[in-house]
Amino acid sequence: MSLMDTVIKADRAMSKAEKLREDFPILKTTVRGKPLVYLDNAATSQRPSQVLAAYCFFCQSHNANVHRGIHSLGEQATDRYEAARRKVATFIGAPSEKTVVFTRGTTESINLVAYGYARKFLKPGDAVMLTQMEHHANLVPWQIVATTMGASLRFWPMTPEGTLDMSAASDLLQPPVKIVALTHVSNVLGTINPVQEIARRAHAIGAKVLVDGAQAVPHMRVNVADIGCDFYAFSGHKMCGPTGIGALWGREELLEEMDPFMTGGEMIREVWLDHATWNELPYKFEPGTPPIAEAVSMGAAVDYLNHIGMDWIQEHDRQLVTHAMNQLLAEDGVKIFGPQDGRGALVSFNVEGVHPHDLATLLDRDGIAVRAGHHCAQPLMRWLGVPATVRASFYIYNLPEEIDQLLEGIRRAKEVFAYAR
Amino acid sequence: MRDELYGEILLDHYRYPRHFGALPNPSVRVEGKNPLCGDEFLIDLNMEGEVVREIRFSGRGCAISMASASMMTELVTGKSVPEVKEWIDRFRNFLRDGGAPPEGVDMGDLQALAGVAHLPVRVKCAILAWTTLEEGINQCKNGLSPAALQGPARDSGV
Repeated sequence: MSLMDTVIKADRAMSKAEKLREDFPILKTTVRGKPLVYLDNAATSQRPSQVLAAYCFFCQSHNANVHRGIHSLGEQATDRYEAARRKVATFIGAPSEKTVVFTRGTTESINLVAYGYARKFLKPGDAVMLTQMEHHANLVPWQIVATTMGASLRFWPMTPEGTLDMSAASDLLQPPVKIVALTHVSNVLGTINPVQEIARRAHAIGAKVLVDGAQAVPHMRVNVADIGCDFYAFSGHKMCGPTGIGALWGREELLEEMDPFMTGGEMIREVWLDHATWNELPYKFEPGTPPIAEAVSMGAAVDYLNHIGMDWIQEHDRQLVTHAMNQLLAEDGVKIFGPQDGRGALVSFNVEGVHPHDLATLLDRDGIAVRAGHHCAQPLMRWLGVPATVRASFYIYNLPEEIDQLLEGIRRAKEVFAYAR
Repeated sequence: MRDELYGEILLDHYRYPRHFGALPNPSVRVEGKNPLCGDEFLIDLNMEGEVVREIRFSGRGCAISMASASMMTELVTGKSVPEVKEWIDRFRNFLRDGGAPPEGVDMGDLQALAGVAHLPVRVKCAILAWTTLEEGINQCKNGLSPAALQGPARDSGV
């Protein structure tokens, strides 16, 4: 491809992003009198009018409890709830919709596997293998379960760049490792992990693989069958959907073997005074009244992303992150964490002499929303040797100009902090 | 470039923190952490009866927490426990009341932290050294009333 072609392609891609911005009412708001520059998408993404309308429409026209009543409204609500499940299942390449369990989000999805699977099948002396770049949500549940079951934790070694060391892991990825749980895309380093290869290697020693896809599903084409993992967890609110809804995909035979994590109504088949039997998949794992309108809206978010096209989204993200990396690398006093290439749509960094929280406060005064802190990854902060970092994370509606504004904000912060010198 | 929040006085305390370091034989040593920020302080006190004779602080934090700690050490040196407690309450109220000084009170350098009062997420940065000091003087039983001993220590917020 010639340079001109690249430029034209980039140009066209960006104008699409500008058009997409019209779908997001919140992007028209101002912060401290400045137009909002929202670069905290890894924490939560914004919601387009289409998703908001789907939520509203469901509440206005179809709201009823699901899988219960005989009445028409109940049937309509159930239809829409199950249609959303089909959309989500197709979106991640799940072979069957009954292998998709609606949860409150990635955290609950991981806990479901930790409590429902690991607590049933881990034995004393077994090991769970994790990485040092895990979000607390994919670390703490395993600490608890491993302690309860008398199992141990081990951690996949990392290269100084912040990628998984694939050769150094050979000695560790061995029996008695029974479960490998890792993130698809690091929420701090941006590292995209080779989950397909890891699943293959884990299966070779008979271990099961859970992938935390919270930072992957919104940004790239994910196909759980291609990855070959056993469980895949993700959230609705990072992919233009609402909070309080997410999903767990699991291999059917494993979901069948698992115990329910929470019990109550809906998840049962028959109940006696002293015992009960479980409902079929996926309802076995959906006790109580689920977040119905949220699930329907997550389905609408899937429609929205499909309409835009995951290939376009992936390319758009790549262009934004490349632009951000180039700018930040060229900026004096900026230290970037994580790999230079092959990263997700986020950059964590620190500015010399400016604490991440001070930088975030100063950027906020320019209307720029970034995350500063430990990003729910305290062990990774220790590995990096910093108390916290600043993170800028991008999505479909972000523009290169916003990254330029971020850089201007960083320069202003540097000036403020050099003032007293 | 000047910023209304990060003014000259605040940045001066951040760059040149007063009483930074440790005491060789402190009568009280207390640690304060804000795991959300990664801020952590160690405060050493030498008490002489009811009076804070010497104070040192060490650790790391953002400009707001460092400057606040530095200002605090200047303020409390030579003050009695009841006076220190009065200032801790006063500073809490100051942050809660939008950075307005109590009537007839000169907040001194602390007035430079008034802007923080409008940033709820940063108030915890400004207050960290103070709640740590509060825990320290509560630990030091010298001259403390039983009521003060029961008082809340860490994470009491504003």
